[in-house]
Amino acid sequence: MPTRKFPGRYENLLEIGDFVRKIAEEAGFDSSQVYSVQLAVDEACTNIIEHGYGGEGRGEIVCSCDSTEEGLTIVIQDWGRQFDPDEIPDPDYDVPLEKLQSRGAGLFLMGNLMDEVDFRFDKSGGNMLTMKKRK
Amino acid sequence: MEISTTSYNRCDLIKVVGRIDSNTAPDLEKAFNDLIDGGKSGFVFDMAEVDFISSRGLWVLLETQKACKKKKGKLALVNVAEDMMESLDLAGVKHFLEIYADVTAAVGSF
Repeated sequence: MPTRKFPGRYENLLEIGDFVRKIAEEAGFDSSQVYSVQLAVDEACTNIIEHGYGGEGRGEIVCSCDSTEEGLTIVIQDWGRQFDPDEIPDPDYDVPLEKLQSRGAGLFLMGNLMDEVDFRFDKSGGNMLTMKKRK
Repeated sequence: MEISTTSYNRCDLIKVVGRIDSNTAPDLEKAFNDLIDGGKSGFVFDMAEVDFISSRGLWVLLETQKACKKKKGKLALVNVAEDMMESLDLAGVKHFLEIYADVTAAVGSF
């Protein structure tokens, strides 16, 4: 399974995106699906840097991609703060523009872009996010 | 990411080339905020050469739209590629944004 380790900095989002884009393209996804995978990974890594590590340069992100006939499985690991995804409410978009809040937007988007999004938090092994995209 | 600005009588055209993510979105945010602080409230945002926009970038657009609306202006998006249009939909925020077919239509709407 191709695996890469990246320092948790926003400037690495481009490289992380390129890493998953190439694998998704090789796996035979169409351009719209490739874009979705890239976007979901970008949202996940942004959340890790911003919320998990609480800022840039405080930890690493390990990204692995496994391509099968059914689709693509992406595993993203970090060693930042743990959280309960069920406690993050979906953003409320049924409000006037002036009351719009960005909280939870990335997580909500990841759920809509990918077929499966699963978080596992383990004290010794760190945090593991598994996302699946079916063909 | 490169940002360029062209001033028209009733609005400013902002064009970005490249990727808008958590690394580059603060630069775009600053560009819009500087213009808003300078008294501007009408923008056409040309996305023809934007190849990626994350939710961090979308929030720059939404916050700019908020600030413009407060001043009776608006942010008009043009040349939004299909992938990005779909992600605006999936992010659930498309209805907060105003999207025009091309630059002429957007500039003419002011």
